Amino acid sequence: MGAAAHDHDHAHDHDHAHHHKDTFITKYIFSIDHKMIAKQYLITGIIMGIVGVVMSLLFRMQIAWPEESFGIFKALLGEKMAPGGVMRNDIYLALVTIHGTIMVFFVLTAGLSGTFSNLLIPLQIGARDMASGFMNMVSYWLFFLSSVIMISSLFVESGPASAGWTIYPPLSALPQAIPGSGTGMTLWLVSMAIFIASSLMGSLNYVVTVINLRTKGMSMTRLPLTIWAFFITAVIGIVSFPVLLSAALLLIMDRSFGTSFFLSDIFISGEVLHYQGGSPVLFEHLFWFLGHPEVYIVLLPALGITSEIIATNSRKPIFGYRAMIASILAIAFLSTIVWGHHMFISGMNPFLGSVFTFTTLLIAIPSAVKAFNYITTLWKGNLQMNPAMLFSIGLVSTFISGGLTGIILGDSTLDINVHDTYFVVAHFHLVMGISALYGFFAGVYHWFPKMYGRMMNKNLGYIHFWVTAICAYGVFYPMHFIGMAGLPRRYYTNSNFPLFDDLADVNVLITVFALVGAAFQLLFLWNFFYSIFYGKKAEQNPWKSNTLEWTTPVEAIHGNWPGEIPTVHRWPYDYSKPGHDDDYVPQTVPMKEGEEELHHS
Amino acid sequence: MTSLLVITVLVLLSIAIWQMTKIFDLTQVGASKEDSQIATDNDNNVQGYLMFGFLAFLYIFMIYGLFKWGPLVLGTPASEHGPDYDNLMYISLAIIFLVQAITQVLLHYFAFKYRGAKDKKALYYADNDKLEFIWTIIPVVVLAGLILYGLYTWTNIMFVDEDEDVMVVELYAKQFGWEARYAGKDNVLGKANVRLIEGVNTMGVDINDPNAQDDIAVSELHIPKGKKVLFKMRSQDIIHSAYMPHFRAQMNCVPGMVTQFAFTPTLTTDEMRQDPNIIAKVDNINKIRSAKSAQLVAEGKSPLDPYTFDYLLLCNKICGASHYNMQMKIVVDTPQEFQNWLKDKGTIVKAVKEEKAAKEAEKNAAKAPTQAKVADTALVATADDKVVVNK
Repeated sequence: MGAAAHDHDHAHDHDHAHHHKDTFITKYIFSIDHKMIAKQYLITGIIMGIVGVVMSLLFRMQIAWPEESFGIFKALLGEKMAPGGVMRNDIYLALVTIHGTIMVFFVLTAGLSGTFSNLLIPLQIGARDMASGFMNMVSYWLFFLSSVIMISSLFVESGPASAGWTIYPPLSALPQAIPGSGTGMTLWLVSMAIFIASSLMGSLNYVVTVINLRTKGMSMTRLPLTIWAFFITAVIGIVSFPVLLSAALLLIMDRSFGTSFFLSDIFISGEVLHYQGGSPVLFEHLFWFLGHPEVYIVLLPALGITSEIIATNSRKPIFGYRAMIASILAIAFLSTIVWGHHMFISGMNPFLGSVFTFTTLLIAIPSAVKAFNYITTLWKGNLQMNPAMLFSIGLVSTFISGGLTGIILGDSTLDINVHDTYFVVAHFHLVMGISALYGFFAGVYHWFPKMYGRMMNKNLGYIHFWVTAICAYGVFYPMHFIGMAGLPRRYYTNSNFPLFDDLADVNVLITVFALVGAAFQLLFLWNFFYSIFYGKKAEQNPWKSNTLEWTTPVEAIHGNWPGEIPTVHRWPYDYSKPGHDDDYVPQTVPMKEGEEELHHS
Repeated sequence: MTSLLVITVLVLLSIAIWQMTKIFDLTQVGASKEDSQIATDNDNNVQGYLMFGFLAFLYIFMIYGLFKWGPLVLGTPASEHGPDYDNLMYISLAIIFLVQAITQVLLHYFAFKYRGAKDKKALYYADNDKLEFIWTIIPVVVLAGLILYGLYTWTNIMFVDEDEDVMVVELYAKQFGWEARYAGKDNVLGKANVRLIEGVNTMGVDINDPNAQDDIAVSELHIPKGKKVLFKMRSQDIIHSAYMPHFRAQMNCVPGMVTQFAFTPTLTTDEMRQDPNIIAKVDNINKIRSAKSAQLVAEGKSPLDPYTFDYLLLCNKICGASHYNMQMKIVVDTPQEFQNWLKDKGTIVKAVKEEKAAKEAEKNAAKAPTQAKVADTALVATADDKVVVNK
């Protein structure tokens, strides 16, 4: 479509009713409508999220009550993985691995960015669809395929991949080292390779669409911050995902074709292997060259969503629009030169450690700017406490709490003793896990009317938020302490170390919080699926928002606007602007005579 | 006990939720007619107060955690660089708690203070370069300080001077155990490679290397107080991580390369056992263990041993099914005790020769065809063997 769609806008508009006779298959399955694809991403992401969260509950139960027999283990894992209801030690690692993989890639990358980039980019920039609707469809179906492969790896004879989500070789390369590194690992790699292809197609589409298909008047400095975030996220993805693909391909070569990219001098199961001259540290470099930017691929869309929701619900312009864009750009740039902070004690030259400490701690600066700008946006606002707003405020809270401990982990010296302990688990779960999830929930509550033409129940949303907020801190705040007590992560049980006996109670508390928090996500699921069918009918612009998506009809149509594409006259944050009667001025409202526009040069 | 705790928490939570839903219902009395799913003034009010309540929860929880779980964290460091490490950690933590305390107050208090109402109007306030500058420059200054202090400490810890008087010790990792090798009188480790692993020579030491002649292998690490120890780390199979939390020391062991970490132990094991922190910790742990023992005895099982403090070397990089049980005891001796302990240890070369001689003798005596590899496989357990299912 692309440029052609632009030229033929008029023809398109007139023909609309006649030409798009969608069958069930073209409308709901192989759809090329970005809004439908967004919903497909959303539903797939939610299903993967359920799998990922249930896994975390299972291994949290094992940590809290080590080697006890549970009926739920027997039911979900089966007699083979949990003989007599007791989880096997390698299956514990498999659950940890697949939980990490699913949550990072399938839920918080595809589920979050896939859903909202697809939904919002065309709608908020004033385009009829993505630059390539077909590629967009292929992107989703590749993602679907990779999800199916990842899930099917759970059922192979030798168990799913168990080398941690970071799949460091040699552990991930040698089936002798852990059973999960057999067929399970092969499927993991194949699934990820397909996932990367999907992600690249999506990202290219987002970038091209934002650059080329903005409607008249929609300059880059009139873009909503959501679009800025999705745009930069896509750029980071294009830069870094191919590197993971190359790492995965080299690992496949080592595993299946006898090369020695990452392996050298190995004696295992009583025999010397032929590998010579490779380096596992090389893999770590390649992995984290994606792995670290990945954190921002997950987080930036959530921050973009938050910016939009906080401004709308504060009835105030986002504070420091330009500074926000500058921070996004700074974070994106820095994110590609800090990967070494995951490797301070990997055997890498300590001098490199110094360099990475420096670049890493610099990220705190744009992050601080963003946090303060959010807080200032609330100041003297007229806060509309919708569930989306609560989750956005929650995001700022966990982004700060989780981000602050980054100055400990980003400092090579301090990393020495907390590296790979529960301190790290607490840090990244708060700053990217919980924060990004909050962004996801905020986005769903906020744009649900746009997606389904109905409203979600706000009271269920409130309960959902408050229980989640308490449980999130309940789970992750105590983890900092057990990490500083020296407790390594990824231990099946701590009972072999009397030294850690005094941490057992804390682990029980954490698990209880996790179980309760997870149980209340059912409330969200119920609210979500119930509201799709029986929610209250939405108005066209329920949150009184300025952005273009709310100028489309409630009943979504392919092509988004029934008439001409709207023209944009102002930035998206004219809330409570003096000289206007309403406390919002949509982007389509022309400037009054003598009215000044901020930021537009 | 645990289940009681769980039940209490669950009951309390369900009461809280029940109360919360009641509050929501009550606040909806006036507005329920219109069935709006958009926040009303009532909602803004209730949620605003809850924001304030959440701030209180956050503060209480943070302070409670400091007192309740603070004592669990690692106490007195046992290495020379340890106090520097802890200093930097405390400074960073102080900054974190300060910033956390201020920002969370602002965030939640604003959410409460500026909760919306129909007749209110927000302030159109989009920009202030001065403010942006302030909260750019403050982190810059604070971070510059932290970076400089951090890099100074990092350099001191990580860069070992070639001429320094250090004792070289090799830490050798494999699924799922540790060995150590002392360099002997010459303080130089003999060459080694996994291809040379055979029988008692489990670390693959080249017994023809002149430097290897006085190397000594042990399975319990002893180090002398006050002497800088330079650990050279190797792994024979996959990546492990040598984590010695009490010494604030950690380094990965990577197959195919040698990594290193050096520190000077400052407290012997006996001295550390007298440390007030450790005494309190051990008492607490023994209380927990005796309670558990009583339970085990009641079930007809054997009780747990009481715990005495020892330094430990843990594996801290996921390395396979039994990763959670890969440890080695570390003993810090006085220099004299250390010499006495090391004195009796035979060299690797001697052990290899003895094994060879024994094998020869056996071969000559029995001429049994299958016996050679027994020692080998017993020492190097396969992954499959170690996938332990039940107790």
